[in-house]
Amino acid sequence: MDSRITQFDELAGADGRTRAPYRKLSQWLAETPPELLASRREQAELLFRRIGITFAVYGAQEATERLIPFDILPRILSRSEWTTLEKGLIQRVTALNAFLADIYGAGEILRAGIVPADLVYRNPAYCPDMAGRRVPFDIYVHIAGVDIVRTDDQGFFVLEDNARTPSGVSYMLENREVMMRLFPELFALHRVAPIENYPDELLATLRSVAPPRANGDPTIVLMTPGQYNSAFYEHSFLADKLGVELVEGRDLFVRDDVVYMRTTEGPRRVDVIYRRIDDDFLDPLCFRPDSALGVAGLMGAYQSGNVTLANAVGAGAADDKAMYTYMPDIIKFYLDEAPLLQNVPTFRCREQEALAYVLDHLDELVVKEVNGSGGYGMLVGPHATKAQIEEFRAKLKAQPQNFIAQPTLALSTCPIAMASGVAPRHVDLRPFVLQGANGARVVPGGLTRVAMTEKSLVVNSSQGGGTKDTWVIDDAWVADEPMGQA
Amino acid sequence: MLSRTADNLYWLARYMERADFLARAIQASRRLAALPKAYGGEETEWESVLLSSGAALAFDASGRPVDEANVIEFLTFAPENPGSIRNCLEQARANARAVRTALTIEMWESINDAYLEMRALESRGVIPCAQELARFLEVIKQTSLTYDGGAYRTMLRNDAYWFSRVGLFIERADNTARLLDVKYHVLLPEKEIVGGSLDYFQWSAILRAVSAHTAYHWVYRTSMKPWLVADLLILRPEMPRSLISCYESIVRNLDNLARAHGRQGSSQRHARGVYGKLEKMNMESVFQGGLHEFVQSFITENNRLAALISEQYLF
Repeated sequence: MDSRITQFDELAGADGRTRAPYRKLSQWLAETPPELLASRREQAELLFRRIGITFAVYGAQEATERLIPFDILPRILSRSEWTTLEKGLIQRVTALNAFLADIYGAGEILRAGIVPADLVYRNPAYCPDMAGRRVPFDIYVHIAGVDIVRTDDQGFFVLEDNARTPSGVSYMLENREVMMRLFPELFALHRVAPIENYPDELLATLRSVAPPRANGDPTIVLMTPGQYNSAFYEHSFLADKLGVELVEGRDLFVRDDVVYMRTTEGPRRVDVIYRRIDDDFLDPLCFRPDSALGVAGLMGAYQSGNVTLANAVGAGAADDKAMYTYMPDIIKFYLDEAPLLQNVPTFRCREQEALAYVLDHLDELVVKEVNGSGGYGMLVGPHATKAQIEEFRAKLKAQPQNFIAQPTLALSTCPIAMASGVAPRHVDLRPFVLQGANGARVVPGGLTRVAMTEKSLVVNSSQGGGTKDTWVIDDAWVADEPMGQA
Repeated sequence: MLSRTADNLYWLARYMERADFLARAIQASRRLAALPKAYGGEETEWESVLLSSGAALAFDASGRPVDEANVIEFLTFAPENPGSIRNCLEQARANARAVRTALTIEMWESINDAYLEMRALESRGVIPCAQELARFLEVIKQTSLTYDGGAYRTMLRNDAYWFSRVGLFIERADNTARLLDVKYHVLLPEKEIVGGSLDYFQWSAILRAVSAHTAYHWVYRTSMKPWLVADLLILRPEMPRSLISCYESIVRNLDNLARAHGRQGSSQRHARGVYGKLEKMNMESVFQGGLHEFVQSFITENNRLAALISEQYLF
């Protein structure tokens, strides 16, 4: 952590006085014996293991299924903080969508010189097959997971826009269920906004974008790469909650540009595919010919308008780290509004001046690959060894356009309960934004990811990060209670 | 429902049933093998367990000598034996994981709990002692009870349920038939029955392997006679592991599927055919044609049904 910046703890606040949303939790913690916390931690672990909520880590031997560490203390936002965040999220995702419709359509933002055309067209996530085609209801980003961080109690920063197949929502939902089983007394003290309607909202979103021929009763499926995928648990969980079939590529086939699934009663037509599989693997005829996960002919059916894919093919062109730096301009261009959520100041290494600055300050900055994800391919300057810094210096010089750099943010911390007691750890937040023909919405909460090791800033579950339940509580319940007679 | 889901459910049920049968067969054989030689406690018992569980070839290939410790280890924990309890459980769980959405939480938890227990036992890297083994076999039996009970009590009565029931009963019929096939020589009626026959403990081991030891006495109210043991396992409709009872269930569940899909197919016709034959049969005719021949042809017919089902439904 950069020592020049003061640490913001969401419970303790900048001045060490407990912040309003955490007052009741703080008091409860002070009154609760450590043994009780320890026993609840054990119960939580047991619950997660029994339910089988696991996450596969690539490359880790013997550990094809691992539990994501779960912290039992909630992360709390007040209703007014949430309202700000919610507006900002909807604004951002609306702009992302308008941007995609534009770059696969008229390309006005490129002609206006706001975003460099080569950055869009040379982006590996840009899908030339989608150019000049419209998707149902012009919706590209049906589900977005926007990563949010904060550094003080003023505002929120967007760290990343995930517009492809963001995961984590099952943990958001299961964390709440486990918390409700573990801490009924805490829920009685707070009025926590419910999130359990997320699957219904998702279903409504998916139904709203079905092709017209489905006549209001579309067949929806969730498409998974299969049970060895790291997020398979989430896929099966969501399919179950949505009440739709969980299909793999081999369960689907295309005939005359129509998608069918193989059922025990014969082929059944499919209208909407919520796909949790990357563009590259969707259709071996169109993308990677070696993909065994996809369905031959799927793109043809999609382009004929016979099936809706969520998210749209090529949506990744809007969420990479190079495009991120243009988001404030993109919001201004399409919505004529000032961005409600800030961007983290970012150096585009493709620009000469920025590159020079970055090379001079590698030990202070976080350098990210434009197309990297999951915390891989990233340099955290203040925590890196000399050798790692030199390795990145060489990479940067060779292909500057592949990198961006950001100052090391003093991510806020939240208390977590460990065997050794309660201590602060860095957190981020991934709320899930839904966008359909029926508008955009966010359930109040999200997945709080937490770096379980002291001082670590890496919250990714593939790198040992954990999760927390996230509460949005009514402001009225945050205020001090009236004084009574002593 | 998805054909793949039906396939997973069908195999999940088969693997669970197989693990249960293996656990019971091992327990029965341990009991028999622990008797003095004069009472039938011979090493050949372990060969017959290998045969009835279909693991004889794989065991030969392992080059281990046939003795109690080796056979039990091979049938229970050996990763290299595709039919070991551990592999059945692993396969069952892999199938269950693939169709989590088609299972109720109770069913999933019972499989997952047993799996975690097995992994904990394995993770120590030493061969479990006799006591741990005994406990593990109990866990497996318990798991199949909770799994089965979970299915019966919590699943919707739709094709997911029927497919998994069909899988269970096909596997159960196969297990009973294999057990009869290996032990048929002690069940033949021409054997001289004198009080305290050498084979007495063999018969009771057979009954124990299919949890019918007490049932025998309730059904026949007489001392143990080998042809009655065979009758119980083949033709008694009230005995849940008899071939006829398995087929009664198969026919019923396949009919439910056919009704829901609005179409009878070759699997329904074949199952009814097998059931009809069993209904018309009596033990005399079975023994006349040869018990061994009867069992072998039954196993073939049962496999034929499995093939017809996958042709008809699993596309």
